[in-house]
Amino acid sequence: MFTIVKREEMSQGTVILNEIEAPLIARKAKPGQFVILKANEDGERIPLTMADTNPEKGTITIIYMVVGKSTALFRDLKVGEGYQDVIGPLGKPTHLEKVGKVVCVGGGTGVAVLHPITRGLKEVGNHVTCIIGARNKGLLILEEQMKAASHELKVCTDDGSYGHHGFVTEVLREVLKAGDIKLAVAIGPVPMMKAVSAITKEFNVETLVSLNPIMVDGTGMCGGCRVTVGGETKFACVDGPEFDGHKVDYDELILRLRAYQEDERSSHSHYCNLRDAK
Amino acid sequence: MSESDGKKGQSSRVAMPEQDPKVRARNFLEVPTGYTVKMAQEEASRCLQCKKPGCVEGCPVGVDIPGFIDLIAHGDFTGAIRNLWRKNALPAVCGRVCPQESQCEGKCIVGKKGQPVAIGNLERFCADYEREHGQGELPPKAGPTGKRVAVVGSGPSGLTVAGDLIVKGHDVTIFEAFHKPGGVLVYGIPEFRLPKAIVAQEVNFLERLGVKIECNAVVGRTVSLDELFEQGYDAIYVGVGAGLPKFMNIPGENLVGILSANEYLTRANLMKAYKYPEVDTPIPRGKNVVVLGAGNVAMDSARTAMRLGAETVKIVYRRSREEMPARHAEIHHAEEEGIELCLLTNPTRYLGDANGRLTGMECLRMELGEPDSSGRRRPVAVKGSEFEIACDLCIVAVGSGANPLLTSETPDMKLNKWGNVVADERNGKTSKKAVWAGGDIVTGAATVILAMGAGRAAANSMHDYLTLGW
Repeated sequence: MFTIVKREEMSQGTVILNEIEAPLIARKAKPGQFVILKANEDGERIPLTMADTNPEKGTITIIYMVVGKSTALFRDLKVGEGYQDVIGPLGKPTHLEKVGKVVCVGGGTGVAVLHPITRGLKEVGNHVTCIIGARNKGLLILEEQMKAASHELKVCTDDGSYGHHGFVTEVLREVLKAGDIKLAVAIGPVPMMKAVSAITKEFNVETLVSLNPIMVDGTGMCGGCRVTVGGETKFACVDGPEFDGHKVDYDELILRLRAYQEDERSSHSHYCNLRDAK
Repeated sequence: MSESDGKKGQSSRVAMPEQDPKVRARNFLEVPTGYTVKMAQEEASRCLQCKKPGCVEGCPVGVDIPGFIDLIAHGDFTGAIRNLWRKNALPAVCGRVCPQESQCEGKCIVGKKGQPVAIGNLERFCADYEREHGQGELPPKAGPTGKRVAVVGSGPSGLTVAGDLIVKGHDVTIFEAFHKPGGVLVYGIPEFRLPKAIVAQEVNFLERLGVKIECNAVVGRTVSLDELFEQGYDAIYVGVGAGLPKFMNIPGENLVGILSANEYLTRANLMKAYKYPEVDTPIPRGKNVVVLGAGNVAMDSARTAMRLGAETVKIVYRRSREEMPARHAEIHHAEEEGIELCLLTNPTRYLGDANGRLTGMECLRMELGEPDSSGRRRPVAVKGSEFEIACDLCIVAVGSGANPLLTSETPDMKLNKWGNVVADERNGKTSKKAVWAGGDIVTGAATVILAMGAGRAAANSMHDYLTLGW
């Protein structure tokens, strides 16, 4: 078992942080890589990109939004309990290189994935501006951590309850206009990554996105995670999860992410009914 | 002992009882239900006990076939399983999934005039009898040699290596990337052909012998081969299997409803998605299903789709029946269960709706032309023969390429142009010192028993190395 040593609720309880004992993975993991978690014997294998690792302590941190039965099951795990299986680190690490000025854009739980990448980009000597957003102030995550990981942090809320009133894309445009940005990294909901990539393309700024399609094994075996990048089929698990944001077919990805929508809905409500009845 | 009064070898083969096709096409229980003691002894008595047995030559791991059959005929079932174990650590698996017709049974003298002795059925009987009635006695094991062996992958070849080396006294640890050991035996071959409880039993047998199994260990990611050597392993066997699923590379391939056979079978078998929502992993349940390809994996996929409630299941294959690579028994079982063969048919593109979901595929009729490089007659498209097949689920079972996960992290191990590990055919030695390889990562997708044969050869060579040197 992989024991949970720390658990936090964020975003009014819709987002959960777990710090998990996984010494072998913590030792090897690099920013941008993911793990697959399975709660119990009958559980589903869920891929999540790591938000942090602590090689000395032998722990990894994941931050996820509760969206279906499997994540609801994860939410119910307490400190001292754990996951039956954690597999990783999987996927290619982010290529961290000094390029000059960098902008990192995060939305929703994508901010969690963005965190180690932002820190890594700063550590290798880039000047990092970070833009993070959420629907409202209460849903915002990791503001302090992102401030520490970057040189400059800009916060947006859709409802104006905090920071800039509006979307991350509006702030991004201003940052790009100010000029000299060499690289953009965008991680968040697919429509956000699509919108960010459209803008950075206007400014001709190289853009990395991190994708989280449906997958089973995470080692290149199932091909469930195929995405079209530059007209070619790629497997996100072994070729990614990061790709050139200007080349990803986002519309196809959105449709593929809906493959099990019906199943997920019925399974989740079934689980919640059972749990609430107890 | 035989019920028939005829001479040895002339009576007809004892058929193994099977579930009725109509019933079994909708459940996941094993199709053949096994011999009774009486049936097994009757079948065993058909063996001629040849002095120069062809069957043994036909067996990739050299099982003493007349020997174990003679023990069955005399009612010594414990003796029979012990005899099998000397050459084969996985008799319950081999009895079920080996292509006996082209191996041991294909060389059986009795088969020259009539039906060959049912060697596979008898092997299965021994393993099942031991599981149900055995005392759990283990085969003898040599004293500890102090040498440590790492086996990467717990499929048929890895399990064979582990089983062979543990009884020779080495300390063996298997590293498995999935959360459960068994490799293709658990993720690939369906429950109705190889019950997972049986695989678990075979794995447990190795654990009782002292083999350690580390699951969730992706060698190449969690740990590298060189790190395993640093940790004190003296020799490593790489049996990571075939990895990357091949697709057709035709338009529309990423529509929702098109899955590789690897994904479909892994969901159904390893993740037990056929029990969804009792378990959490979903699986698409197609009404009209098309399976592309005609090998054993295609048959497994088609039969799984039928069991998951499909109204129609079609196997679409561009060549003719003669060229189908699947075992005859599998094709026969599939047809009995109502699966339709659409032969000389080649898909050219997939069709989808506005939601990106599969609705059908466009195909061309083919005819056979001159033989190609494989020696099979090349299928040629018939001009203007385009037609559509409506379907809401398509399973692509046209083979697998080599998985680069481990090999890309091991630059000093030589690969061929397809990315398969180059290993000496006789002993499995790779270009990297103290590393052996075998099974599908070397040969490309093949059979369970060939992988086991490669494991056997490598285990012998590894034992020599561990006792004598490289």
